[in-house]
Amino acid sequence: MMNDKTKVTANYLDSLWKFFASVKLTVVVLLSLAVLSIIGTLIPQNQSPADYFKAFGPFLFQVLATLDIFDMYHSWWFQFLMILLVVNIIICSVERLRLTGKIIFTKTPKFNLNNYRQQKQRREFTVTGSAGSVVEAYRRYLSKSFRYCRVLEQGQGFAITAEKGRWTRIGVYGVHLSVVILLVGGLIGSLYGFEGFVNIPEGQSIDTIQLRNTGLEYRLPFSIRCDDFDVQFYASGAPKEFRSKLTILEDGKAGIQKEIIVNDPLRYKGINIFQSSYGKTNLDPHMAGAPEDIELSFRSTVSGMIYNRKAVLGQPVQIPEGMGKLVVERYEPDGQFRGMSIGPALLGTLTPAEGSPVPIVLAMNFPKFDMMRKGDVVISVDQSTAAPKTAYYTGLQITNDPGVWVVYVGFAMMIVGCMVTFFMSHQQLMVEIQPKGTRTAVLVAGKANKNKIGFQHKVNRLSEKLSMNDGRLS
Amino acid sequence: MAYNPIILSITTFIFGLAGAMYIFSWVFHREGAGRWATGVTLFAAVGNLIGILMRWYESYQLGSGYGHAPLSNIYESLVFFAFTISVIYLVVERRYQNRIIGAFAIPLAFFALAYASFGTSSKISPLIPALKSNWLIAHVMTCFVGYAAFALAFGVSIMYLLKRGNDESAATGVIGRLPAAAFLDELTHQLIMFGFLFLTAGIITGAVWANSAWGRYWGWDPKETWSLITWFIYATLLHARLMRGWSGKRIAILSLVGFSAVMFTYFGVNLLPGLHSYGAMGQ
Ligand code: HEM
Repeated sequence: MMNDKTKVTANYLDSLWKFFASVKLTVVVLLSLAVLSIIGTLIPQNQSPADYFKAFGPFLFQVLATLDIFDMYHSWWFQFLMILLVVNIIICSVERLRLTGKIIFTKTPKFNLNNYRQQKQRREFTVTGSAGSVVEAYRRYLSKSFRYCRVLEQGQGFAITAEKGRWTRIGVYGVHLSVVILLVGGLIGSLYGFEGFVNIPEGQSIDTIQLRNTGLEYRLPFSIRCDDFDVQFYASGAPKEFRSKLTILEDGKAGIQKEIIVNDPLRYKGINIFQSSYGKTNLDPHMAGAPEDIELSFRSTVSGMIYNRKAVLGQPVQIPEGMGKLVVERYEPDGQFRGMSIGPALLGTLTPAEGSPVPIVLAMNFPKFDMMRKGDVVISVDQSTAAPKTAYYTGLQITNDPGVWVVYVGFAMMIVGCMVTFFMSHQQLMVEIQPKGTRTAVLVAGKANKNKIGFQHKVNRLSEKLSMNDGRLS
Repeated sequence: MAYNPIILSITTFIFGLAGAMYIFSWVFHREGAGRWATGVTLFAAVGNLIGILMRWYESYQLGSGYGHAPLSNIYESLVFFAFTISVIYLVVERRYQNRIIGAFAIPLAFFALAYASFGTSSKISPLIPALKSNWLIAHVMTCFVGYAAFALAFGVSIMYLLKRGNDESAATGVIGRLPAAAFLDELTHQLIMFGFLFLTAGIITGAVWANSAWGRYWGWDPKETWSLITWFIYATLLHARLMRGWSGKRIAILSLVGFSAVMFTYFGVNLLPGLHSYGAMGQ
């Protein structure tokens, strides 16, 4: 026997349980989430406190800051609502499984034949042929589209009970479970993952990034070097594509390399490196990389002709008039010539048609520099190459989210669950066949747990089919 | 010279004509006009599709970098929106053999296309890097199929409120010819389930796209948040149906509220502070 005290506690627990299992709570929580989410779209989130202070003044700033409005999607009250939703989903599902689990997980479904016999939308007709032959023909026909199909004897006649799609009742539990899985995945990400960004000038490497939410520094388990950055523009001036050539450095050794573009990141050790932005650095020329297109002009001192040729680092360029070949070997941002600083320069080797190779120094800022060599050909670097090259930095977004696969499982489950819940149903059918005078009377009735109008159409079509050819179905 | 905007503006007028015919047929009880309206709608839907395909083709003619599936800006999405509304409507009409719904559905396709043709720029511009993703195509298509279903549910809910706002048994004539309230309620539910599935898929493909472009699937930016708000509203509606005392009328009102949220997600978010600016992230 329970004493009064335990009874009160039991009642109390019982009503608490009912409260958390109720759809009313769901509606209240979902609507609150909808309405409260609006706030964060009206007040930009995660700006600097100074900006908020300026916008709202000291009093309102204090109030809003206390309520966590400036980071509301991570505030205790918003998270409280999400926890409430999860608790609601779990308790509601447990409760419903307790009540309807028997319907879902049974081998022998129950049919209350009288319910079908008294249904308003039932169809009735008569056919010739004995009840025995009709029932056999019908059973064969129905078992083609209904997985479960049993014939029961009913007095002089028979009742066929058929059903399919019992399992689709699980769909809605899948949808609800997927919501929980999504939130768990999000929680894993926020506890164990990070999200940060870093700008790397071309040619440099880094191993610390800045975290987006806190602004703190975070040290990566490796370094990233940006070997090259390249951006192309449309005629309108909008960027067409930007790409960074990255190398991962571990313990000072170069590891994997990849050229990343927007939408195609580099993933390494669970850390994702995304191309997200770029910018120009006002660097000194030391930082600038080698020019990409080297335009050279060759002036023959013999004929006076000027020839323009493109050169690529390390590849020979044939000089016209059989004056040999030139290989530009190196770019020197801060060239030296006989102890003098000559600024950015290209160093190479000229191999004349006859004679031994000579070293060549092309000072990019001084086109006439090579005249001093007094050779057959005067080589100068075209001004388009010599123009100070803009140096870029690449803006990388760097993230790690161990929860993302959990989230993706939730996504898949939610889509599949919704499809099952919305478009499939548990359908039951009863066809009763009783001898009636010289003929046989047939009654067709069905029920479905979803899309009842659509299923009734189906039942009507089916009974038309069954009444054709006097029940012989051929 | 691009032909697609011309085809699409002509299509706008055809939708206008079809909508007017459906309304005429309903108000003056002329079934013949309704049958014609179906033909005209079909014609407009085909014109709309040709416009979309033409635009796709013509984008590739403009030169390298321009070619893309026409689902990348407000003009292109509105054109696709109008097309989807008309297709879903035609399926509903065929399935339920009722043309009065057309008076509430086809004008929406007309407004969408009219706003696209006369309120936005039809210029084809090349894609910025963040938009070059197949997830974007999946995202825009699923979202707009969902929005189109919600648009139709909006039209049907208005019919429901007209029907129920008058004393049903006494209502004859124009209101009396509207389908039975129970049918309209059921149709709203069907359309909202369909829309909810696609909105869910749209939010998910958007999240997957964001994760592939920026390494985060959710960032609470205003556009994302508003699509979630819309999703919460329709989820509320699906559950409110299960509650006792929540008659069809409140559900119909929730359907109107849900569609306003759709419209706000679509047009209103740009008015909010702090824009959704792709490409500028990470700075
Ligand atoms: C974000 C959270 C939720 C989502 C996305 C969601 C989604 C759904 C969907 C799509 C349906 C099917 C509706 C239909 O067939 O018309 C449904 C049904 C249902 N939901 Fe939820 N739901 C959520 C939260 C909850 C919660 C917290 C409860 C707890 C009471 C709940 C209880 C139910 C019930 C009882 C049904 C009816 C099931 C049936 O028809 O057999 N839902 N839900």
